[in-house]
Amino acid sequence: MKRWLTLPTLCWCVFAIGLYGLLQLLIEIGVISVVWQITLANIGINVILAVSLNLILGISGQFSLGHAAFMGIGAYAGGIVLKMLPGYTGMLLGALAGLLISALAALVIAVPTLRLRGDYLAIATLGFGEIIRIIINNMKITNGAAGLSNIPAVANLTVIYFTIVLTLIIVCNFKNSAPGRACISIKEDEIASEAMGIPTTRYKVIAFVLGAMLASLAGVLYASSFYVIKPTYFAFAQSINILVIVVFGGMGSMTGSVVAALVLGVINYLLQSLPNERMIVYAVAIILIMVFRPKGLMGNFELSFARLKSLQDIKALPALWKDKILAVLARLKNKRQKEDA
Amino acid sequence: MSILEIRQLTKNFGGIAAVVDVDMVVEKGDLVGLIGPNGAGKTTLFNLITGVYAPTSGEIVFTPYNKAILLSGKKPWWITRQGFARTFQNIRLFKELSVLDNVRIAMHKDIKYGVFSSILRLPAYYKEEDRVFTKALELLDIVGLKEKQAELAKNLPYGQQRRLEIARALATDPTVLFLDEPAAGMNPQETADLTRLIGELRQRFGLTIILIEHDMSLVMNLCERIYVLDYGRLIAKGSPDEIKNNQKVIEAYLGEEV
Ligand SMILES: Nc1ncnc2c1ncn2[C@@H]1O[C@H](COP(=O)(O)OP(=O)(O)OP(=O)(O)O)[C@@H](O)[C@H]1O
Ligand SMILES: [Mg+2]
Repeated sequence: MKRWLTLPTLCWCVFAIGLYGLLQLLIEIGVISVVWQITLANIGINVILAVSLNLILGISGQFSLGHAAFMGIGAYAGGIVLKMLPGYTGMLLGALAGLLISALAALVIAVPTLRLRGDYLAIATLGFGEIIRIIINNMKITNGAAGLSNIPAVANLTVIYFTIVLTLIIVCNFKNSAPGRACISIKEDEIASEAMGIPTTRYKVIAFVLGAMLASLAGVLYASSFYVIKPTYFAFAQSINILVIVVFGGMGSMTGSVVAALVLGVINYLLQSLPNERMIVYAVAIILIMVFRPKGLMGNFELSFARLKSLQDIKALPALWKDKILAVLARLKNKRQKEDA
Repeated sequence: MSILEIRQLTKNFGGIAAVVDVDMVVEKGDLVGLIGPNGAGKTTLFNLITGVYAPTSGEIVFTPYNKAILLSGKKPWWITRQGFARTFQNIRLFKELSVLDNVRIAMHKDIKYGVFSSILRLPAYYKEEDRVFTKALELLDIVGLKEKQAELAKNLPYGQQRRLEIARALATDPTVLFLDEPAAGMNPQETADLTRLIGELRQRFGLTIILIEHDMSLVMNLCERIYVLDYGRLIAKGSPDEIKNNQKVIEAYLGEEV
């Protein structure tokens, strides 16, 4: 028997495919304009970035301030390979190169800093982000400060959509497993976690490397969606943008990251014509969230179909509703009888 | 043969000598009490044995079977994997996680699947998750928390949090169990229940137990041998009766000569 073939999984499949169908339909009939499609592509890439950072920040509790650098590695790997080899093959090869380089880079920062308890990673990744930017700025193959342009636009909304699905499957499966629980326990209490036999350094490194690799995928999609990349796109400011999405949505909640990327993306888009006011509204929105929902929009809530144990549960719903309606009617009838009496 | 041997163990925190030249020998199956006034260095001794602190000097040797293992200077997780488990005086549960997850996390060392199996949901994942789930519920049942499995750890009453810490420690499948003031904050009824539970656990899992406790009724009822620390030094060891009548111990507890 296939154990993964459960009702919740089926629900998710229906949900994912249904949403995709709806998106395509809305594009076909022209409800989603070309400008909105570009906005959606951007939002989609931000979803992947936020979910991948959430794996590091919200699950293993490690503070990274250089997430955009991994996106940059992916973007340049993708951009360079795509320019040599336009098409899906080029994109796949670029993605592979990006994954490999970002994994190696992540290992190099993580292994020495994550041995220590405390926020050394934040400082190291801050420096790392700058180093990557400077390296890209000074290399020939990356075309220095001018960046790469005319990158073949291979990625489209479909590719981005299914990369999001893939990212979510990877991160959520990881979260709901023994390695994921080990990471969460480190965030909860590192000393207790270690005392329970969990090699904390190893799991912090695993979460960090996995997060970095997924961010590089987002970079590849970015390069192959927007034609142009420059070193400044992947600097500190972008790392902060990603961080804001994660904190806004709720640390540890992947649902939160998706919703926050959507909400902030739409706010950003609607205010595009008011560049000055935009920053104010954006800042106010974040302050409001922090005041009224300090744990983020979603806290640590996760959208889940797990409560649906069997088809019986769905079939039982109408009966349940019928009972509720009858109960309400009965109460009304009682009331009227009392009033009559 | 002794299962745990501590030789000339010393720990200084700057100018404070928290543990000084402590020697201790624990036999397999022993139930040992560790007592002493506040600040005597009891918790520090546990922290040294379980690897939270590295000793300033001295050795800790663990002999679960025939082979001796040197523990001093090793990482806490590695020491736990050799067969040591502990609870904390100031309760260190994973507060935001469920009771069940607290126990499942501690079963980490005998989980036989890795990151790939979890991401790809290979058969090993399902098989192990089932086994872990069943075993975790068994442990929760033993400490009487099975019905609370879905509750967040932070929402449990104090006494139950202490029990959960014990269940979590057992989940690491220990040979030696270290309990740091397991009865602290419990009422007499809860303390009596706990005393019974500790005795049962020892039988059932063949544990060697070392416990720190201020509640003398628990210590004197349960422990066969007692070590007394004062200002970091071992001032007495022996049976409960010997300790009760030991002049040095009485002085240490009263602070002055009697
Ligand atoms: N991390 C530390 N840094 C500095 N001093 C410490 C540290 N841990 C413990 N100490 C000191 O070591 C001494 C022994 O403390 P310890 O916690 O081991 O006492 P205890 O016997 O467990 O006391 P209690 O019964 O109050 O729990 C105390 O003087 C304490 O202040
Ligand atoms: Mg103590």
